[in-house]
Amino acid sequence: MRRTPNFNLIFGCMITGLTIGAIVLGYFWTPYEPNVMSMADKNLAPCAAHWLGTDNFGRDVLSRVMEGAGTTLNIAFLAVAIGAIFGTIIGGLTGYFGGTLDEILMRINDAFTAFPSILLALVIISITGSGKNNVIIILGILFIPSFARVIRSEFAKQRNRDYVKNAQLMGVSHRRIMFVHILPNIMNVLLSSIAIGFNNAVLAEASMSYLGVGVGPTERASLGRMLLDSQAYMTTSPWMALSAGFSISIMILGFALISEGLGYRPTWRPRPKRRRKANA
Amino acid sequence: MHYVVKRICIFILTLLVISMLVFLAFQIISGDPTTNMLGTHSTPERVEALREELGLNDPVILRYFRWLGDFITGDFGTSFSYNMPVSELIAGKIGVSAALTVISFLMVLIISFPIATLLARYAHTFFDRFCMLINQLIMSMPPFFIGIIFTYVFGLILNLFTVGKFIPYSENPAGFFGFLLFPALAIALPKSAMVIKLLRGGMVREMSEDYVRTAYSRGNSRWQVLRSHVMRNTIIPVITFLAVTLVDIIAGSIIIEQVFTIPGIGRLLMACIIKRDFPVVQTIIMIIATVVITVNNIADISYKYIDPRIRFR
Repeated sequence: MRRTPNFNLIFGCMITGLTIGAIVLGYFWTPYEPNVMSMADKNLAPCAAHWLGTDNFGRDVLSRVMEGAGTTLNIAFLAVAIGAIFGTIIGGLTGYFGGTLDEILMRINDAFTAFPSILLALVIISITGSGKNNVIIILGILFIPSFARVIRSEFAKQRNRDYVKNAQLMGVSHRRIMFVHILPNIMNVLLSSIAIGFNNAVLAEASMSYLGVGVGPTERASLGRMLLDSQAYMTTSPWMALSAGFSISIMILGFALISEGLGYRPTWRPRPKRRRKANA
Repeated sequence: MHYVVKRICIFILTLLVISMLVFLAFQIISGDPTTNMLGTHSTPERVEALREELGLNDPVILRYFRWLGDFITGDFGTSFSYNMPVSELIAGKIGVSAALTVISFLMVLIISFPIATLLARYAHTFFDRFCMLINQLIMSMPPFFIGIIFTYVFGLILNLFTVGKFIPYSENPAGFFGFLLFPALAIALPKSAMVIKLLRGGMVREMSEDYVRTAYSRGNSRWQVLRSHVMRNTIIPVITFLAVTLVDIIAGSIIIEQVFTIPGIGRLLMACIIKRDFPVVQTIIMIIATVVITVNNIADISYKYIDPRIRFR
């Protein structure tokens, strides 16, 4: 018998840590100015001076990826924050008190989650118009139902536990029970859904910007927007699209591994060798 | 039977609610269509005349039912930007998107089931670990990025298809399906990675159950047990997930059509969102919503027939 280390969480944190490190660095220092054009070195292949090459305007791709990843993470962070805060409050109230309101809200929730969120985002954006702030608000609102659903089911499970009943008998207020007693006990579930939320937010932002309804061309670079702009130059300079695309993939991979690792229950399992022999 | 009738009632009710929301969003909130239609020729008298002609001065309830009646009979209104009936605009494009979705869904099934069974058979070996690692990597790649890689590798380097040169079905059916092959694969790959993960995990968990040991003791081979005992018990959560996957594929095809420049409804939708051509957008959204709700309901009803243990009220 042995205990396997939680590789998913370790690698997830490493990847996410490295990307966030690069992004924070990008706020203070990038190898070149991300938006300065230089016609002399346009469409350069990756070389020692430009690690990821340059684009059709002679801008350094590495600098732009660092800036773009920052924009993408920024949008993801704010959207997830909106979704997590309101989702936890709604899910907590409905799960803890139950009743008719719970039923109604959960039916609405079901209707929402049955629908692909990118489609809903497109519907709303077709009415409100695009732009970075709209993307943040729309994604944030769209994330509320999924957070509320997860948190609600956890609160509903915890509310009949002895420690909650004990606190109620001692006259602790409902608000204090919900946020001081129950919330810490469901932290791993909440953290896991936050990681999944980041995963979805990065993907949604990239998709929307790629479709041309997310971050606008005049705003700071974002990874999806870079992918859209670089597709026309696929024949002459594929490194533009590849570096933007792989940056999105790496960010998503990091968050996916973290969410997987947080859902991991350390189990004791028999050595695989012995297991194979028994079943042969 | 009672259950099916109940589900169909809920289905119709959901559609009505969705249609109300769409009506509210596009007919009320989006503002006055007359400013869009008249453009620079707008005068107060003309606007008033047009409003009367379009029936915009009637009560909202009346407008809703008129709109719904028109919609059901196939009159979707007229597009602002193309100046032609929406039904004509959509007619040729729905088939393309439907073909893309169906091919992609079939690919998910064809790819994921054999691979998941294979990985469950060799669970916890080096082969399994390696494949699951690759699986995780594919899962994190957005479908549109896989599409871009495909256009580069298969379209520009290997010249297996001409990028952006769509072949209509009426001209060359084989060419049409050949062209859709790569876009469909780009949508299918990340989705099948998710199905593989779910199916393999479920099968590995089932394999430690008692009935599996009994099946072995009766002299079944590993493959027989996996195929006829374990697979059956794993399939139920997977069917829910397949319904979700189908819905995701429909949404994903909107983006992939953009990557491969396929003239389907997704491309039309994006063009019309950017031009703010609401009659087209609302029709496409209504059609997709109907499909999504139908898929979810079919999945719900099908559980009962797949697993007789599930009892419904």
